[in-house]
This record gives sequence, structure tokens and C-alpha cells, in this order.
Amino acid sequence: MSATTPITGLAVLATTLQVVAVVAGAPLVVGGMRQVRARLEGRAGGGIGQPWRDLRKLMRKQQITPQGTTVVFGFAPAVVAGTTLLIAAILPLIALGSPLDPAADLFGVVGLLFLGTVALTLAGLDTGTAFGGMGSSREITIAALVEPTILLAVFALSVPGRSANLAAIVSATTNNPGQLISPGSLLAFVALGIVIIAETGRLPVDNPSTHLELTMIHEAMVLEYAGPRLALVEWASGMRLTVLLGLMANLFLPWGVAGANPSALAILIGLVAITVKVAMLAGLLAAGEVFIAKLRYFRIPELLAGSFLLALLAVTASYFFATPTN
Amino acid sequence: MTTALHDSPSVPAPNTSLRHARRSRGQAILSGGITTVIGAVGVVVGLSTIFGQPRHLRIGWLLPLVGVVIDLDPLGGFFIAATGAVSIAVGIYAVGYAQREHWARFPLVVLPLFVAAMLCVPAAGSVTTFLLAWELMAAASLVLVLSEHHRAEVRSAGIFYAVMTQLGFAAILLALVVLSAAGGGDAFATIASHLGDISPGTRTAVFLLTLMGFGSKAGLLPLHAWLPRAHPEAPSPVSALMSAAMVNMGIYGIIRIDMQILGPGPHWWGLTLMIFGAVSAVFGVLQASVATDLKRLLAYSTTENMGLITLALGAAALLSSYGVQNVSAMAMTAALLLILSHASFKTLAFLGAGSVLAATGLRDLDKLGGLARRMPGTTVMFGIAALGASGLPLGAGFVGEWLLLQSLIHSPHDNNTMLALMMPLSVGAVALTTGLGIAAMVKAFGVGFLARPRSAAAAAAREAPASMLAGMTLAAAACAVFAVAPVLLSPILRQVLATLPSVGGVEAGPALGTYLRLPGMAGSISPGLIAAALVVAVLLALGLSRWGARHRPDAVQAPLWACGADSLSPKMQYTATSFAEPLQRVFDNVLQPDTDVEITHFAESQYLVEKVTYRTLMTDPVEHRLYNPVVRAVTTWAQWVRRAHPGSVHLYLTYGAMGLLIVLVIAR
Repeated sequence: MSATTPITGLAVLATTLQVVAVVAGAPLVVGGMRQVRARLEGRAGGGIGQPWRDLRKLMRKQQITPQGTTVVFGFAPAVVAGTTLLIAAILPLIALGSPLDPAADLFGVVGLLFLGTVALTLAGLDTGTAFGGMGSSREITIAALVEPTILLAVFALSVPGRSANLAAIVSATTNNPGQLISPGSLLAFVALGIVIIAETGRLPVDNPSTHLELTMIHEAMVLEYAGPRLALVEWASGMRLTVLLGLMANLFLPWGVAGANPSALAILIGLVAITVKVAMLAGLLAAGEVFIAKLRYFRIPELLAGSFLLALLAVTASYFFATPTN
Repeated sequence: MTTALHDSPSVPAPNTSLRHARRSRGQAILSGGITTVIGAVGVVVGLSTIFGQPRHLRIGWLLPLVGVVIDLDPLGGFFIAATGAVSIAVGIYAVGYAQREHWARFPLVVLPLFVAAMLCVPAAGSVTTFLLAWELMAAASLVLVLSEHHRAEVRSAGIFYAVMTQLGFAAILLALVVLSAAGGGDAFATIASHLGDISPGTRTAVFLLTLMGFGSKAGLLPLHAWLPRAHPEAPSPVSALMSAAMVNMGIYGIIRIDMQILGPGPHWWGLTLMIFGAVSAVFGVLQASVATDLKRLLAYSTTENMGLITLALGAAALLSSYGVQNVSAMAMTAALLLILSHASFKTLAFLGAGSVLAATGLRDLDKLGGLARRMPGTTVMFGIAALGASGLPLGAGFVGEWLLLQSLIHSPHDNNTMLALMMPLSVGAVALTTGLGIAAMVKAFGVGFLARPRSAAAAAAREAPASMLAGMTLAAAACAVFAVAPVLLSPILRQVLATLPSVGGVEAGPALGTYLRLPGMAGSISPGLIAAALVVAVLLALGLSRWGARHRPDAVQAPLWACGADSLSPKMQYTATSFAEPLQRVFDNVLQPDTDVEITHFAESQYLVEKVTYRTLMTDPVEHRLYNPVVRAVTTWAQWVRRAHPGSVHLYLTYGAMGLLIVLVIAR
């Protein structure tokens, strides 16, 4: 395991590069998805770089604190962004040997993800407006229902590698690619896909571009944010999307990931590979969103219950069809 | 709520009032001080037992015929130390609380007695001593629950609690009498050494009876109904003691009798524990997520956590019965860690709720809010407790839940359909519990402490006095240790595990170093490192948001966006009820809420609505379905029996004569 191998300078470099790539690439992923969507809908679109320009604009605006809010409101964006940055440092996006890999397994990553969600939810409640509370209530309901599916999918994935640590899962898949088309793996893929869509607030669970109050979930929660804090919230939600797409890509298509003891060339290949994979997944997601409408809020639990069932089947399947080949 | 110094105007002279205040202050300090000292003695005795030699003590004169037998071993020491630690925090807190709430002398006297009785339960080395300590604990807690007996709800809760705790005691009494009769002795050690003489039928009967008795004390379904009644109505320091220390005694009983003395049992014992645990956990957390009474929410969260602990115990027993000792040891470690972390965050949460109650007189989350500005210290404390209860990283409950999940996913499944079915279902139950637990705690903290005050009482809240804050700080420090440095507990857990051979005690448990490692399995985590890295990452994020700062105008405060209206009133906020409404709708079938919507139209047109009244009443469906029929049956029966008591002395004399005749005929 990577826990026992000494951490080399290049592994640290790969991890740093991962974080930098997520920070710099997240607005581009969001921009790319908007652009794909715009073109498919017959619009010109703002260009891939538009989110970056928006961030620069917001960052130069005045910092406004709504009256009556506490430090929770002020620090929530930093907590969301911080947890996401930490997740970006833990995941095997470019290379396997992140120095933080033994410090947090997939359960830890899920926990950090929820820590960010909870911070924003509390901020929504902290404003004391009807919209803030509404968004928070909806967000936390979805999060509560997503959690069982995520943990069960993690369980299904950790059966072949006999570990929930990410490097072990990814290297188990690279060593034995045959298990990717096993029923357990496929079911886990679908289940995880649905919950990632729910967690990042994409269609059909939430519409990221909506400004119609009654349908808003995430947007309602962050309605009181403005200027630099809004920029941080937007940036963090882009990073969450990027990181989760990257996780999905490397869990199910682990090719191109550099090993625990990478060379400079392997790191470069890893960077290119993850960029291509995330771009493809993001493009697919955006293209899919053109053809579906948002679900009614009280239909979402049905979708999540379905994904929970898939995840449960995935675990059961991986138990009963497990082939102990090593 | 008046404080001790500004007493009510009915007191005749200021001199008397001052003397009265001084005396009540002295009494509070004395009671809280004794409680703290007893707790400290408990911690010292507990720790010295864990790391020292087992001690045996017999005090013959204290109890006629059998004597009091004290047997200290690491398992008992663990529970003694945990109870002692809770009592220290509660004792310090009680000094301020008793003054602020004007406690009468009676509860002040019983509080240290209750703590002492609880400490005796895990120390008992024989059936008689155990039952004596158990009953003393139950009676003392009942007296404390009834300390505000002038309120009708308290009396009702007290009766409910008294009946359930005595029924549980009857079950335990029967089980232990049967056990000591079959085991040929009163002492636990004698029974354990004669285990071979006990027939399987007797063992099964004892297991089922003790599960009922101890399960009702631990608040497991379906015998949980006293928790959400008694905990909210008891004074908050007492709720903290009951919820963080007394319910643990139920878990202690299950471990001691069913796993250590009777164990290892057949497969279905572990399975039964797992099912009861999982159902209690999910049901408890569901009720907590829709509860609007802060202390009721915490009481249901206790049911949830006891459920998780029982699930872990059941997993340990089941795995051990299949011979998977190393994973079983992991599940047992998870159970022990969960007991400790639950004790710490639940103490803190109930003490925090007590501060709120003392400051505002409110438990209803729908009327609270905005406390963060008025009571910053209490808010931070309750925040730490809520983070611990939600099982997220940096919270006290995370490490225990992580170990539980790891033990569930690492159980071997080759050719074992039972494990292959039970483990994924248990992971699902634990995950659903965690998810809903997050929602419940966000509600308790976000609605109760953030936002704007929803009532005048909440707007006029004042921070708790120093002694109450000090008690909470102690509990918060324990939470912090469990959250980031579980390594400190490693030696304790190893010693306790060694006394439990039937649940993998022979194997080394998981190593809780800087990195938590699992024996012989891949998988590790480092809570301390995550915490440190998260701090760095948040600082990095704050650094990112400095970008463009020199172009910014000075920061300002602005009013909230009111959708174009004049201003927002606090009534427009989401309340706890509305916050939980989606969950209530999703789990409609399980929760069965009693909702009532009443729409009044204008007389001129039925298309215009004058007002809408929405009422929702959350009742416990288990209580509704299971308890009410029983209570009804008992009442009907009592009505019948009452007909024989018309009040005529002649009739009673006839009864007496008849009874005597019957006895004589039988005895002839």
C-alpha cells in the first residue's frame, strides 16, 4: 500500500498539480458545459472562459454582509471551498500516491463532501430569510437521502480491492480490468452517477441556471451571497463538480493514472488523461441535460430510492459474483 | 426566569432574600461539588482498574445473608470511568443551573446519590449487588425526573418512566434469578465458571429476558417510549446524566451478561441484536429529524446512537460466532468508541439545551432562533455537540462510525449467505442513519441558534453563567479528543477488549495511532491529519478569495433582500417544522403524522383565501400502535377488578375469611 511507501517529491508535486488543476480547471468545466448546452440549444453561448470572467468581476465587487448574520454565513464559502480543495488533494486524479491517501479513505471523502454541504446549509439558515431556509431544507433532505446510496456504492467498489482507500480501489481495477464489466461494478456506476448529479445540483434534480424561486434548491440557499463570497461559492461548486467527475472517471476508467511512485512523464500523461476524461464526462452530462426537464421536488426521493436499490444490488452482486483473482 | 439575586417581589425584606440566595448558592455548590468529586473518584477507580489488577471486594455486613460483592475488571472500569467523566461535567454545570432554576433541596440531595448508584452498577460482582445498584439507580433517576412535579407533563412522564423501568427491572430480575439458579451461585464469576451446566433453553430464556430489560434501559425499539417523555421533562443536568451515562448501563448489561458471561451464543443472538439495533437507529433518527422539541430531538438521537452501538455489538457477536475474530474485534472496538463519543457529545448537547431552556424557558425550536448573538458560548458548545452527533469528520462520532462501517464491509462473505445479506443491509441502515442524523442536527443547530429570534423570549436570552459554561467546556474538550486524537484511547480499548474473549478479544483490535489501521486489512484513516489539512485548505480558500481585493470598495453591512417588500419579519423564516416538512413527506408511511389543514375563504368569494391554519402533530407510531392497546387492556381489566372493591368492610372481611379458608384447604 502507498501508506508504507516513502513519499517522493514527485508524488507531492503530482498532488499539488492536482489541486492547481482543479482550481484552474473548474470554471472551464462549468464554462464548457454551458457552451455545449448553448450550442445544442442553438444559441451562441458565452464561451468557455465566461465563468472565469464572471469570477474576476465578482471578486472585484464590494464585500456585503447581510445584517443579522453571524460568522457561519461569512465562513461557509471558505469551508465549502476548503473541503473541496482537500478532496482534490486526496483523490487519485493524476497519480495514486497522494501523501493524504492513507489519511482519508472514500468514507472520509464522503464525510468531507457533506461537511461542505452542511456549512452552506447552515449559512442558508443563518440569513433568516424564507428563501435561505427553503433552500437549506431542500438541500439537506436530498443530502440525507443521497448518503445511503453513496456509502453503499463505496461498499460495492471496495469489495474487489478489499479496501475503501482510493488508491487501493483504483489499482485493483487497473490490475484486473475484467471486473469493470461485472454486474456489481456497472450497477455501482449508475448509482454513483445519479448521486453525483444530485450532489452537484444538476438536472433533473436541480437546475443550476434557474432563477425561478419556487424551483430553486442550491440557488435559494446562496441567495444572500454577493461579490467575493458569491465568487467563492460559485468556484467551490464548480470544483465539487470537477472533482466528483474526476473521481467517477478514475474509479471506472482508471487508465492513464500515474503510479504511486511517478516519473515526470507519467504525471504529464496523468494530467492529460484526467483532463480528457473529465471533459468527456462533462460534455456527456451537458448534452444529456438538454433532453431532460427538472423533476418535481417530491419526485426526487423516488429517483434517489431507485439509485439506492441499484447500489444495494451492486453490493449484493459483487458479494455473490466476487472472483477472488489477484 | 429570574436569577437568584433578583428574586421575586413577594419576598418581604431584601435581607432575607439575600440570605436565602446565599444559602441556595451554598447548597448548589455543595451538591454540584459532591457530584463532581464522586465523578472524579469514578474516573480514577475506573482508569486504575483498566490498567491495574482486577480487584475483588466483599462487604458482608452491608446486605444481610449475601453481602455486597464488588468485582472490578477492565470492562466494568471502562463504564465506571465513562460515567464518572460525564458526572464531573454535569456536577460543575449543576452548580450554576441549580441556582438559576432554584432547585429544591430534594433533587440537590439525590443528584450525587444517582451518580453513586450508577457507578455501583458496573462494579457489582454478584447478581444481588447488581440488582440492588440497578434499582437504586432507577429509583434515584425517577425522583430526579419528578423534580418539577408541579407540572402535569412531568407527572405523566414520571409515571410512564416508572412503569417502564420497573417492568424492565422485573425482566432483568427474573433473568438473573434463573441464571444464578442454573449457574449454582450468586457471584458472576461462579456463574461464568459453571456455564457448562446451564442448558441451552435456559440460556435462550435469559438472553431474551435480559435483552428486553437492558434494551428498555438503553432505549431500544420498541421499548424506547420512556426516553422521549422522561428526558425532555427532567431538569437538563439530569437529562444529560440519564442520556449520556444511564442508558449506557443497558449496553453494559448486554455486554456483561449476554456476551461475556453467557457468550459466545448461537448465530441468531448476534442477528437479533443487529436487527434491533438497526431498527432502533433508523427509527430514532427519523423521529429526531422531524421533532421540534429540542430535548425530545436529543432523546430520539439517544435511541439512534444506542441502536448503532447495539448494531455494532450484534455484528461483533455474529462475526465471532462465524469465527471471524479479527473483524469481530473491530466491531467491538467501534461499539466501545461509539459509547465514549456518544457520552461526550450527548452530555454537551443536553447541557447546551439546558442553558437555552434556563435562558429562554423554551424547548420548542419553532420559537427559538438568533441565540448565536446573545449566547455565543453556548452556541459554540452546542455546535460542537451537533457536529459530533452528525458523524461528520472533525466530529466526535466520526471515528466510531467509520470503524463500524469498516467492520461491516470487511466481513468475509465467501459461501456465507447470512453475512452476504446482513452486512450490506446494515451498511444501508447505518448510512441512512448518518444522513438523517445530519439533517436532524443541522435543524437543531441552524433553526435553534442561527437566524433571527422567533419569539420575545428567545430575543431576550442571556448567556449562561461561568460554571455552566465550564461544565460544557469540559465535555467539549472530550469531544475534541475523540474527534482528532482517538490514539489516546488506544490503551484503554485494548485492555477492555482483552476481557471479552467471546467477541474477538483474543485478537488485536484496530491500531488507533496517528493513522487508524485495521489489523490484517487494507484501509486507514487519520482524523488528526484530516483536521490539520482541512485547516490549511480553508486558509488556502480564504487566500483565493483575496484575489482582486485591492480593487474592492470597503466592506459594508446591508439589509437582507426582502423580494422588494419593505422589510422581513422573523415570522417569514423557515421554522423547524417547515425545515423538516420534506422529510416528513418522504417518510410519511413510517412517521404517520397527524396533519390538519384548515382553509377559511372570504365570504365574498371562495377563490380568495382569508387564512390557512396548518397543524401537525408528530406522535410516535410505535407508541400509538403497541402501547395504547396494552394500556387499554390493563385499564379494562382494572375496571373489572374494581367492581370487587365497593368499599364495604363486610365484603372485605368475607374476602379475608375466604382467602384464609382456601389457603388452609390447599396447605392441608
